[in-house]
Amino acid sequence: MDKRGYFSGFGGCFIPEILNETFEELVKAYEAAKADPAFWQEYIDVMSNYSCRPTPLTFAENLTNHFGGARIYIKREDLNHTGAHKANNVMGQGLLVKRMGKKRVIAETGAGQHGVATATMAARMGFECTIYMGEEDVERQRPNVFWMERLGATVVPVTDGSRTLKDAINEAFRDWVSNMDTTHYVLGTACGPHPFPEMVAWFQSIIGIEARKQILEHEGRLPKSVYACVGGGSNAMGLFSGFMDDPVELVGVEAGGKGLDSGKHAARLSSKDASVGVAQGYKTYFLQDHDGQMKDTHSISAGLDYVGVSPILAHLQAIGRARFEAATDAEVLEAVTLTMRKEGLIPALESSHAFAQAFKEAPSLSKDDIVIINQSGRGDKDIFTVADAFNDPAWKEFIKHKAEQYDA
Amino acid sequence: MLETTIRNKLAQKDILLMTHIVIGYPDLDTSFEVVRTMVEAGVDLMELQIPFSEPMADGPVILKANQDALATGITVDECFDFAEKVAAAYDIPFLFMTYYNILFKYGVEAFAERMAKCGLCGAIVPDLPPEEADDYLAAMNKHGMAPIFIYAPNTTEARMQRIAEHGKGFIYCMARKGVTGLQTDFSGQLGDHLDHCRASTQLPLALGFGVKDRADVEFIKGKADIAVVGSQAIRVLDEGGVPAVEAFIRSLR
Repeated sequence: MDKRGYFSGFGGCFIPEILNETFEELVKAYEAAKADPAFWQEYIDVMSNYSCRPTPLTFAENLTNHFGGARIYIKREDLNHTGAHKANNVMGQGLLVKRMGKKRVIAETGAGQHGVATATMAARMGFECTIYMGEEDVERQRPNVFWMERLGATVVPVTDGSRTLKDAINEAFRDWVSNMDTTHYVLGTACGPHPFPEMVAWFQSIIGIEARKQILEHEGRLPKSVYACVGGGSNAMGLFSGFMDDPVELVGVEAGGKGLDSGKHAARLSSKDASVGVAQGYKTYFLQDHDGQMKDTHSISAGLDYVGVSPILAHLQAIGRARFEAATDAEVLEAVTLTMRKEGLIPALESSHAFAQAFKEAPSLSKDDIVIINQSGRGDKDIFTVADAFNDPAWKEFIKHKAEQYDA
Repeated sequence: MLETTIRNKLAQKDILLMTHIVIGYPDLDTSFEVVRTMVEAGVDLMELQIPFSEPMADGPVILKANQDALATGITVDECFDFAEKVAAAYDIPFLFMTYYNILFKYGVEAFAERMAKCGLCGAIVPDLPPEEADDYLAAMNKHGMAPIFIYAPNTTEARMQRIAEHGKGFIYCMARKGVTGLQTDFSGQLGDHLDHCRASTQLPLALGFGVKDRADVEFIKGKADIAVVGSQAIRVLDEGGVPAVEAFIRSLR
């Protein structure tokens, strides 16, 4: 029996027997789509007509001047429909679901962006939709829950375990093993059993393909480095894919939370706290204890608060092709503040990790160097978290007033 | 050898009963009492589940038991010690059931070796398909442990035959799709599935997922060799304590 979907020993397909036929079907559908140029063209057409692609590559002149080092460009995945790179993956999987003839989609979500994107895709394509979301994330990301429900999805708060993304993934798998005949699980990042890491990376590669073409148009040369935040790793895989064969440094930035020495972070590739394990259907670095039990993770951004990481990114680190760093919650808040003030952009807290790391490094680079930061999503979804972090008095007053109106 | 033990028991009984506990749920002392009670009530084999933080194939009852056991701080070492204690105390085959990461982190070879030293007979690892199981199979075979593989209702007969080449002891057949502990329709279609299973392997067949009363066990007689009771025993324990477990097991046949 053949092993499949390995990258330097990371990846694989560790699934219960009941899902074997479902994965066989998915692998066949994915491989057939990949071999069919008409499928990719259909995907490009949908993304162009429905999701604002190609997204711009914005020159950040003020930030460049502020730091006085490398020329800073920002890939604007926040301008995708629904406000994040997540749209790329869900629309691609939606087209596959149509080819497979299934009628229902399920998904997990952390920050809520993947859930909103999936609910949007389901509404457009006419699928029934259920979204699993950790109860703690439901609390943190209520506006996204509101939109998912308005879009027609059923949102199921998951009360097991740490009540975050990993628990939502487990619950989605439990749904899938009961309903696989009619249902496709739209896994949201480049993790999970084969073919998900490879397939999600393929759909997200549209980011890097565009960014490479755009930087050559703008500057006539390639960047020195590209920066992307890493939760599961799908936006990083997307940006990196465009520069894999170039002499361009690939930098992934994980959630440093309260600091790598604090134990309260989600840094799997950039800390010593993670080790190789097998969970949620694949082999990669997990934040786990001596026995192999998954640990609780922490990040100010719900979307990076995940216990595993893409096996393809683990592979890129193993072969020395990518470098992984961590940005703390405090550094991220500084970065989002500076980006708002200097450029009028509001990156998601997830994306702001990439900004924070690029800001650390840009000043020491030459003025001839170019860096690209992936703004994977927009930050308006984080308004409650950011307002709390800054202890914003006017915002608190507004919320109190609104609550009083509801009670009246 | 597990298969021989099962066949010897089958010479005396028309159906064997296998039960399942989560080690350390609600605590180690109660787990031992549950094992004692089940053995004395006539259980023929037992699955001892090592709790895991991500039990993706388990339903709500066993999921909660896993989480509650872990919340008490139970370790894999304590699970081995527990298994050694019950295997020394009672003369029935005991198996480990757990997820692959527990073996992987311990070291698959060391895990199988310690299983043998503890007097266990085999293991069920639901997230480890044969395609990913080379190291596991080598270690289990080296130490005389039976790797139990699973047939699902949608497993093709060709795949059943390939799986059977790797399995030892018996094959665990799922009565339906889904996770453990939910309602199962014990009717004609399930009988057809078991006919396909029987035609695909010489190994004894166990049937689990939703077995909860004597009628279910009666249905299984003649179609499979072992009836597996998991979630229902935990529900009974939750509701009526250890004495209720004894009455429940005795009621099954």
